[in-house]
Amino acid sequence: MLQLIAFSTLNGVLYGMLLFMLASGLTLVFSMMGVLNFAHVSFYMLGAYFGFEIERRLGFWPGFFVAPLAVGLIGAAVERFGLRRLHRLGHVSELLFTFGLAFVIEEIVQMIWGKLPVDYRVPPSLDFVAFRLFDTTYPAYRMFMLVTAVAIFAALVVVLKRTRVGLVIQAALTHPDMVAMLGHDVPRMFMLVFGAGAALAGLAGVIAGPALVTQPSMAALLGPILFVVIVVGGLGSLAGAFFASLLIGLIQTFAVAMNGSLAEVFGPVAPPFLGDLWQVTIAELAPIIPYLLLVIVLIVRPTGLMGTRES
Amino acid sequence: MKRPLRFLWPWLALAALFALAPKVFSSGTALTMMSVMGVMIIFALSYNMLLGQTGLLSFGHAVYYGLGGFVAIHAMNAVIHGKLGVPVAIMPIVGGLAGLAFGVLFGLVSTRRAGLVFSMISLGIGELVSSSSFILRTFFGGEEGITTNRAKLAPLFGLKFGPQTEVYYLIAIWCFLCIAAMYALTRTPFGRICNAVRDNPERVQYIGYSAQRIRLIAFSFAAFFAGIAGALAAINFEIMNAQQLGAQQSAVVLLMTYIGGVGYFVGPILGAVIITFLQINLSDVTNAWQLYFGLMFIGFVSFAPGGVAGWLTRHREAARSGEFRRLAPAYVLVAPGLAAGLIGAAMLIELANRQLALARSEGSAMNLFGFAVDASSIAPWALALVLFAGGVAMSWRLWSKVGDAWGSVNAGLRARGRA
Repeated sequence: MLQLIAFSTLNGVLYGMLLFMLASGLTLVFSMMGVLNFAHVSFYMLGAYFGFEIERRLGFWPGFFVAPLAVGLIGAAVERFGLRRLHRLGHVSELLFTFGLAFVIEEIVQMIWGKLPVDYRVPPSLDFVAFRLFDTTYPAYRMFMLVTAVAIFAALVVVLKRTRVGLVIQAALTHPDMVAMLGHDVPRMFMLVFGAGAALAGLAGVIAGPALVTQPSMAALLGPILFVVIVVGGLGSLAGAFFASLLIGLIQTFAVAMNGSLAEVFGPVAPPFLGDLWQVTIAELAPIIPYLLLVIVLIVRPTGLMGTRES
Repeated sequence: MKRPLRFLWPWLALAALFALAPKVFSSGTALTMMSVMGVMIIFALSYNMLLGQTGLLSFGHAVYYGLGGFVAIHAMNAVIHGKLGVPVAIMPIVGGLAGLAFGVLFGLVSTRRAGLVFSMISLGIGELVSSSSFILRTFFGGEEGITTNRAKLAPLFGLKFGPQTEVYYLIAIWCFLCIAAMYALTRTPFGRICNAVRDNPERVQYIGYSAQRIRLIAFSFAAFFAGIAGALAAINFEIMNAQQLGAQQSAVVLLMTYIGGVGYFVGPILGAVIITFLQINLSDVTNAWQLYFGLMFIGFVSFAPGGVAGWLTRHREAARSGEFRRLAPAYVLVAPGLAAGLIGAAMLIELANRQLALARSEGSAMNLFGFAVDASSIAPWALALVLFAGGVAMSWRLWSKVGDAWGSVNAGLRARGRA
């Protein structure tokens, strides 16, 4: 039991931090530009595939540094040549543009790398056992992921709270017109934030690719969960996104490890019409728990846990 | 005497179109395709009740389509099992009522807010229902889905709806009824207040309506018609599986409706017909067809937000007022570049698809627009690149002429007091 709690906590925090790497960019872009970027998870997928392609040719570490940069450049280009043009048509057009873009990126990835998962492996330098706890080993690569995610989180906090650029970005979140009046190039800042968000998503993809499965559906699988995170945390709230990421990460990891079902509690005979529901284990419910949470949070508190605005 | 005639003739034409279409396109594939089109027209129109008329962008509309279909298919199996005298022709009502019930249930949750929050809840509910389909296996049938046999239900006027022709006419009649009902709904005070909720919910509140309740009613109506479409799909395919209510299906209906044009009643009808036609035919021509879809959608979002219907309406207005002569030269000027760019883009996609996805298993030789081409040689790539880059550059430079022409057309229309 203790073992289960220890490892589930560790994995849950890891998954949560990974979610936060994605959610932070998404929620920053949303609060600055009012655009909910459906293609954000596609950048995560591109990161994983770029990482795989570079790893295959040059090794893991070049990919670790180059792939996020490449994804960031693509993100900046999408903002500069796609979204900026659409700004005058309103937010729905921008949202639909990113929706179409996500569709197109998935198709292109399928075309280039095929529909099956690719063999993106943990680098040999990180392929060893980090520690042993209650007779179960924990791989070093997972620790590396955790350290990277925490380092990115710390860097993000420092940049946003302690540097001049961070202050200007924070100001532009709430008062973009005033920031523009003060002589800052707000459209350029949008592009930079969008690109940086894409690069963060790309980095998440590079490090998650070997541990999870690198396949064309990875974006579509993670996307809805990511939206749950930023809506539950409160649209536009960075702190909310952080707590919601950890919350969802922990809930899902713990749920997967549990096996209880109604049949175990109330006996094997199900009431009429509830046969399926009776046999379902908590582990099988894990995929739908985030969505249940989303619906409940939005009924009880439409602004999300720490949000201040509704749309 | 003249007014009712003016009002009636589009409907008579539509009815005649539905009745005569199988006489003109009588092949089996055409009949199957037109049946799917009929289903999709209802589905897309129901979606536009939300997006176009009430301003609610839903990412989970397929839930009501799918649940309507599942309930209808279970009802059909129950009728077969119990040997009840219920004909298949009224099964769409069962599907519609199921859609309505789920629409009210989920609508109570999701229509409390408009805008992004609504979109996110619709996405969440969509994921919730489609992930539950793997848990509630008795109802959703797991991976295989639920099957039925429509011919085993009671006959209606001697018709058993076994052959595809009979099913087509069943779908056509339901489709006509639903189009008429949904059009009528847009002309009622309720339809108007929906538009008001879309444009300015605050003001609606001030004149004494509850925007939330109106959103809920519109949502329930949309779910009702989506349920009818789902039941017709169940009758048509005789199978229902979890894919029918998943994110993919919700995306397809959004694509259809938007490409058709959300600002016009006929938009979703055009979108459903065009997209279904492309879906069925394009997949025979190229296996990168989904990519073309995505690009087409992005193209419409960026350059023609009014969709096909918006584009047609603008040109019809210009043609009617005799302003079209101003447009024609600009179009002639820009057409070669545009055509070259599109052909170049299609060539690039096809070459890339061959070289990247198919070359390993099927070799790099391919047929490109009727020419035998080797995708691993440089020449076709160079030609495609030149066409694409040249075409894009030319269109980019000359597009201002089209903009100017439209400017003068609009000025002319304004002068006549029509725009």
